Amino acid sequence: MSEARLSVGIAQHVEGFSLDVAFEAGPGVTGIIGPSGAGKSMTLSAIAGLTRRDSARIALGDEVFVDTARGIFMPPEQRRVGYVFQEARLFPHLSVAENLDYGTKRRGSASAMTRAEVVDLLGIGALLDRRPHRLSGGEAQRVAIGRALLSAPRLLLMDEPLSSLDIRRRREIMPFLEALHRRLDLPILFVSHNIDEIVRLADRVLVLHGGRIAAAGEVAEVLNHIDVQSLILGADDNAADPATILEARVSRHDTAHHLTELDIGGASLAVPALALAPGARVRLRLHARDIALATERPAALSIQNVIEAKIVEIKTAGPSQVDVELAVGAQHRLFARITNRAAEQLQLASGRPVWALIKSVALVGDLSDGARAT
Amino acid sequence: MTDWGGWLSPGEAQALWLSLKTGVAGTALSLPPGVAVAWALARGRFRGKFALDGLVHMPLVLPPVVTGYLLLILFGHKGPIGHFFETWLGFTLAFNWKGAALACAVMGFPLLVRAIRLAFETVDPRLEAAARTLGAGRMDVFTSITLPLVMPGIIAGTLLGFARALGEFGATITFVANIPGETQTLPIALYSALQVPDGEINALRFVGLSILLAVGALAASEYFARAQQRRIRGTT
Repeated sequence: MSEARLSVGIAQHVEGFSLDVAFEAGPGVTGIIGPSGAGKSMTLSAIAGLTRRDSARIALGDEVFVDTARGIFMPPEQRRVGYVFQEARLFPHLSVAENLDYGTKRRGSASAMTRAEVVDLLGIGALLDRRPHRLSGGEAQRVAIGRALLSAPRLLLMDEPLSSLDIRRRREIMPFLEALHRRLDLPILFVSHNIDEIVRLADRVLVLHGGRIAAAGEVAEVLNHIDVQSLILGADDNAADPATILEARVSRHDTAHHLTELDIGGASLAVPALALAPGARVRLRLHARDIALATERPAALSIQNVIEAKIVEIKTAGPSQVDVELAVGAQHRLFARITNRAAEQLQLASGRPVWALIKSVALVGDLSDGARAT
Repeated sequence: MTDWGGWLSPGEAQALWLSLKTGVAGTALSLPPGVAVAWALARGRFRGKFALDGLVHMPLVLPPVVTGYLLLILFGHKGPIGHFFETWLGFTLAFNWKGAALACAVMGFPLLVRAIRLAFETVDPRLEAAARTLGAGRMDVFTSITLPLVMPGIIAGTLLGFARALGEFGATITFVANIPGETQTLPIALYSALQVPDGEINALRFVGLSILLAVGALAASEYFARAQQRRIRGTT
């Protein structure tokens, strides 16, 4: 299979908005995150060739899609870019099977996966004879993903494929997306404004804000920047508490208590049993609201996940609360959101060692959806 | 035509046959340009779109006599287009059923275009964009996505145009006159019957025929439109 890298450079100025992005993406999932109006969809539609931009150079490997400087514009049907839209956009006059075969008919059977494999992966075997209007939102979106996969894509664009679905449908589709990610080795751009989706699916992330790339790199590294989080969540940072994304490893299983211990590098966390072998990597997301602080090691407490930390900085977060930034081990940063009064009474200050009490752990980087441990 | 002997007089059968013939031929003639113009009006961005829109609607707002007279001027023996047809293509439109069919086509055109244009406007361009990312070129998208989705509109427009053609009177009688067996369609035959003393019974028979035909066309239109809707969106 092709190991082509996507390279993108777009500059576009329309009334009141300018888009100016340049990035590269290799095989694997590159998450693109940012608030609405950041230019995410504009970027994808330029890559697919559905819109023309003032100035752009977009290439996949040595195949040039657009080069405005040289007057090159490859029409979308020749680009072999699979596009999964926010709405499924299935063709209403065709059956599910005909929708799936629409791309195959036009591009031959050069897809990485056969139709049987795709149908199996997405669990849509029972839907083949149906018309799109008889599908639920989640089913329609799965068919749309299958249709894109079967059009022999060399690049996959997913534009908030989950945003039009409710939580239950999202949960239904997420495992398919993860399976897809493991199954394909082509570049996938996954656009979302939901941090959890990105944390769960992406290998790398681009943060888009106001038409510019505000940050790019490894998911945990980029998204743990508190200013990046407030960019994504918006200025209303009283409501949105900072979260920390941690990469953890399964260290051992406590079968007697149905718990799994995770090693986060310098500390250990217990979560409800995971069906993963020791050594498996998972991604966790810890919300500042879910972390309490104690100045002494608590002796009698139902919260099991208690880790040693040191205060790095205390920042105001609204009139009554503060966010306490903590260092755990040499490399991790955590945030705890507590009240002003608690900070005063405990005499918290930079450099002081504390105990972080973790009330719950959101497991976002694994199949077992949002498992929370107490 | 002898089969109809028991039911219809030869004159009536002839008028009915002529109405159907000119109606079908006229509608068939206006369909391809109608689809093209409807598409241009729904999707096109070009100079003169407003003028084209106005021109298409002309036969709807002009007195039919005016349209008929304009056709006569343009397509008659001495008219520029009529003359061209006669000398180069060897056929004439003036005072025969072909001219009547042309009058039907022109008069039905605005209705046909309106219905099809509306259908084009309801097709989601995002579906067409999706089709292009799946490897379909512009023409391919048009035939595999757009056209099937506007089919209910095309059928409705065609039958509307056809129904209008059946009722065509003013433009036809002005353009190709009233010639039994050649241009005397049902409405014109009815008009002629009314000119004759004691022609009321005959006239009533033409009225009955016209009503039957119109109801039939309407029912067919409804049936096909529903069948298409079912095909696209299931039961409606």
